[in-house]
Amino acid sequence: MLALASPALLVILLLIVLPVGWLAWQSVYHDGFTLENYRRIFSEAIYWRSFALTFQISLLVTLLALLLGYPIAYAATAVPKGWSVVILALVILPFWTSVLVRAYAWLALLQRTGVVNQFLQYLGIIDEPLALVHNTFGTVVATVHILLPFMVLPLYATMQKIPHDLMQAGASLGGSPSHTFWRIFLPLSLPGVLAGTTLVFVLCLGFYITPELLGGGRTLMVSMLVSRNVELYDQWGAASAVGVVLLVSVLVIFLIVGRFVPLDRILGQK
Amino acid sequence: MKTLSLPRIAFVVFCALVLLFLILPVLIIVPMSFSSTRFLTFPPPALSLRWYEEYIGNAAWMQATRVTFAVAALTVLIATPLGVAAAYAISNSKLRVMRIVHMMLMLPLVVPIIITAVGIFFVYAKVGLVATMSGLVLANVMLGLPYVITSVVAGLQSFDPAQEMVARSLGMNRLRSFFAVTLPQIKASVLTGAIFAFISAMDETVVGLFISGGQYQPLTKRMFTALRDEIDPTIAAISTLMTAASFLLVLIASTRQKNS
Repeated sequence: MLALASPALLVILLLIVLPVGWLAWQSVYHDGFTLENYRRIFSEAIYWRSFALTFQISLLVTLLALLLGYPIAYAATAVPKGWSVVILALVILPFWTSVLVRAYAWLALLQRTGVVNQFLQYLGIIDEPLALVHNTFGTVVATVHILLPFMVLPLYATMQKIPHDLMQAGASLGGSPSHTFWRIFLPLSLPGVLAGTTLVFVLCLGFYITPELLGGGRTLMVSMLVSRNVELYDQWGAASAVGVVLLVSVLVIFLIVGRFVPLDRILGQK
Repeated sequence: MKTLSLPRIAFVVFCALVLLFLILPVLIIVPMSFSSTRFLTFPPPALSLRWYEEYIGNAAWMQATRVTFAVAALTVLIATPLGVAAAYAISNSKLRVMRIVHMMLMLPLVVPIIITAVGIFFVYAKVGLVATMSGLVLANVMLGLPYVITSVVAGLQSFDPAQEMVARSLGMNRLRSFFAVTLPQIKASVLTGAIFAFISAMDETVVGLFISGGQYQPLTKRMFTALRDEIDPTIAAISTLMTAASFLLVLIASTRQKNS
């Protein structure tokens, strides 16, 4: 049986295990063993600020996605079948649209002469176009949009399994709708919340396309630090060390969360 | 559940707005792609096919399109059999090591794509695979494998392995019984996995940015570079076509899934 899996395993070993291993090696070895690349991450402001910013943005994006995604997932389980298909289709279609295409759409929507600014000016709410893009705001909006399906799908998968009888039982015992929601539905949906928030947070930590295109060079997230060190400065060691710290952060998060929710349940959504 | 209370109305409006937020950016590119002007005004002053003509008439865009489709097609041709074989092994083996193998095969979903991209770039730079077609295809096979495996493992879960046992007890060897008995029953999940691997290869951007070059640049790399410089409406036309292709493929996958 192992033989059957070996061609796929070989591809994985050569194209991801070896490259990541190489990256890790390069981060500590340059004409001899050195921790210089790691020291720099903690001592140079541009590095640790980028890490701090990345964690802040990821936290914000995760919270926003939960706030927007939870009601949607709940609605998809509460409405009649026909409507839930419509809701899920509206979640899944953007999911299968290229990230690049969606970043482009937001660029067009949010720019100075974009649809949003024109609309607000038409309504007379603003006189001058707002700076909605080429900054952190634009990055966050587009990232929330791109990652929202990763929140809704695990939430929906969990909520769908919550038996309706439980809520009815709660109601028949005199619980108000809000009471049964807070005391029965919400606690039972927590595994989905954990799966969705983990997935969104971790994906956001490594996001590259949206901060690069919509951040206007000011929103320097960790992934951009990696790419600049490779493309502009030819600092492979520095890029590798940043990459290793990012990867370790992601793995630690998965390990901790994996103790509470099976990992394949989180990754099954992707 | 039928009463119209204020909180319920607020909830419905909120959900409608979030769904609008999800779908509107995906749809907005369509009218933009048919605009007659270079400036992104909405609604467009007049309709035209100008940007589609620009796209089709441009040799560089056309070359990139050919690269994208060749890469996606080759990726599916390689990733599908590899993924099906691995999924079959995962589902039928009781070896403990298989759990580890399964986890390793999911690695492309765990490792942040920027790290994968830079790592592959470092290795390719050593072995001379940068800016080659084979390098691009290999990377996309790796990225597409988890989709095929996840889909086929799920398909095999609802398949009763006793049927294959029957075929084998009647004298078929394992390979023949797989093709004659098992494969026809899991073909919807194989197709779904293959389609998702295709879409993944078609949309892949970050790895391509680092490892592709010269005449073997996929569409997404050219789009990314163009977007960094200016907002060219030609990209709206290309985006519309790419999105239409994705939707069509997802539609095929979901109807097939339902039929089986």
